Amino acid sequence: MSIRMSRRSIRKLTNAVALALSALATLIGLAFLGAILWTLFAQGLAGFSASIFTRMTPPPGSAGGGLLNAIFGSVVLTLLGILMGAPVGMLAGTYLAEYGRASRLATVVRFINDVLLSAPSIVIGLFVYQLLVVPIGHFSAISGAIALAIIAMPVVVRTTEDMLNLVPQGMRDASTALGAYPWRTIVSVAYPAARSGMVTGLLLAVARISGESAPLLFTALNNQFWSTNLAAPMANLPVVIFQFALSPYANWQQLAWSAALIITLAILLLSVVARIAVSRLSPRGRKG
Amino acid sequence: MTREPDAVLGLTREAPGGLRAGFGTEREAEQGRTKIEVRHLDFYYGATRALKDINLTLRDRSITAFIGPSGCGKSTLLRVLNRMYSLYPGHRATGEVLLDGEDILAPSVDVASLRFRVGMVFQKPTPFPMSVFDNVAFGLKLSQRISRRQLAERVESALRDAALWEEVRDKLHQDARSLSGGQQQRLCIARTIAVQPEVILFDEPTAALDPISTLRIEETLQSLREQVCIAIVTHNLQQAARVSNVTAFLYLGELIEAGPTEQIFTAPRDRRTDDYVTGRFG
Repeated sequence: MSIRMSRRSIRKLTNAVALALSALATLIGLAFLGAILWTLFAQGLAGFSASIFTRMTPPPGSAGGGLLNAIFGSVVLTLLGILMGAPVGMLAGTYLAEYGRASRLATVVRFINDVLLSAPSIVIGLFVYQLLVVPIGHFSAISGAIALAIIAMPVVVRTTEDMLNLVPQGMRDASTALGAYPWRTIVSVAYPAARSGMVTGLLLAVARISGESAPLLFTALNNQFWSTNLAAPMANLPVVIFQFALSPYANWQQLAWSAALIITLAILLLSVVARIAVSRLSPRGRKG
Repeated sequence: MTREPDAVLGLTREAPGGLRAGFGTEREAEQGRTKIEVRHLDFYYGATRALKDINLTLRDRSITAFIGPSGCGKSTLLRVLNRMYSLYPGHRATGEVLLDGEDILAPSVDVASLRFRVGMVFQKPTPFPMSVFDNVAFGLKLSQRISRRQLAERVESALRDAALWEEVRDKLHQDARSLSGGQQQRLCIARTIAVQPEVILFDEPTAALDPISTLRIEETLQSLREQVCIAIVTHNLQQAARVSNVTAFLYLGELIEAGPTEQIFTAPRDRRTDDYVTGRFG
């Protein structure tokens, strides 16, 4: 009896220690997140005014100015990047999860995708620089969007495959047993079943590329003026943050803080909207 | 392998515990013609031979139960009958499986059309991520062009046949995953019978269900029997005895014995069958 008691108390103690350690780790993580958000809000809000959304980035030495061209540029580059990267990523992820599975080709593609996933984004910037910017002869928005697409693609491949793998095989079997060919099963059964995860993956990719600065430095670069020309350099928030934060001008530094806050809030808002949309799509009652 | 109906009539109607005595016997005469004939069927998972020279006849308007210990090949046999196995590389069947005289193992067979004729219900309920209505309409829309009105009629009648209509008539447009487990399984049955298959394969359809849901599904099986040919795999011997007319006992990939259910349960010819149905192993 005494042995049992002591064993039980050791197990209780182990449990308490494990619980305390994981709670501590969570707190540390959250504390950093809180500190980052706090700094962003404290520094960024100070410079918030209507002119941020109505004026262009200012030239050196002049007071005032805003971020309108950079906000617009970031939206365009991110949208183009995801529009090019996501379809390829989704189809490739579908191939890996539904058709290729454990085949040799799928294994190789999966490995290369993982390499691409962890490739430094500056390398991808240099790659597109060599591939497009040098032959064309100047920086351009479209080469920036392509660099972002190359970064977004492996993220989407990975999440698409992972989410499709979570769909129970029994569901595919049931669809097949009703006389559906694989593509019909994938489109009508597997995609809807994996929908919320796939949307989350897409958002992760959007979040990832909307904050990238390194690949854009070599491709879209920056533009002090309003530009809608995809063949010309285009302003964007990350590169503006990079340039303005390192500048000696106080108003540029302030704009960099505001730009950082805008990116963060945009991603936050996007995530919240997407969560609500996804939960509306899920079944009432049980979680899907 | 199946004995002629009149051969069984003389057999004892005393059934072992849990059997509904003589259930199948009166119906033997109503059983239809040969629907599926399995001839010299071998099945391989890669190099492993999972089925060995199976010969079996399934009749129309009759329920055939496949029984046997785990790993004996009963589910494998079921999955040959609608060629589910051809989804998986390395799975291979040789021999003949004749559906109305036509070999379904032939490479020229269109598997989708085959599966419209031979439906299947699985152990785990697998509602698709869509509404109750769309679940039942899924196979129907695949198998034929059909007007919206006809579609609604067929969905309703399938749900009625699966004894689910009364419970879901007001939630046809709710997500099917919000139904209870037993309702989900009856939904899967409705989805299968909506296509009006000629043969329905049940792979342990009640293994994941509570007794009341099980009862309802067994009742559904009985009413379906009037129209189609049914094969059911079950680990539950009482269930085999309750619902089937013919029972086939498989052991280690071989078909040991097949015959009228009463005979298999009361006077099996093979020692191994006797040991299994009396609970000495398995």
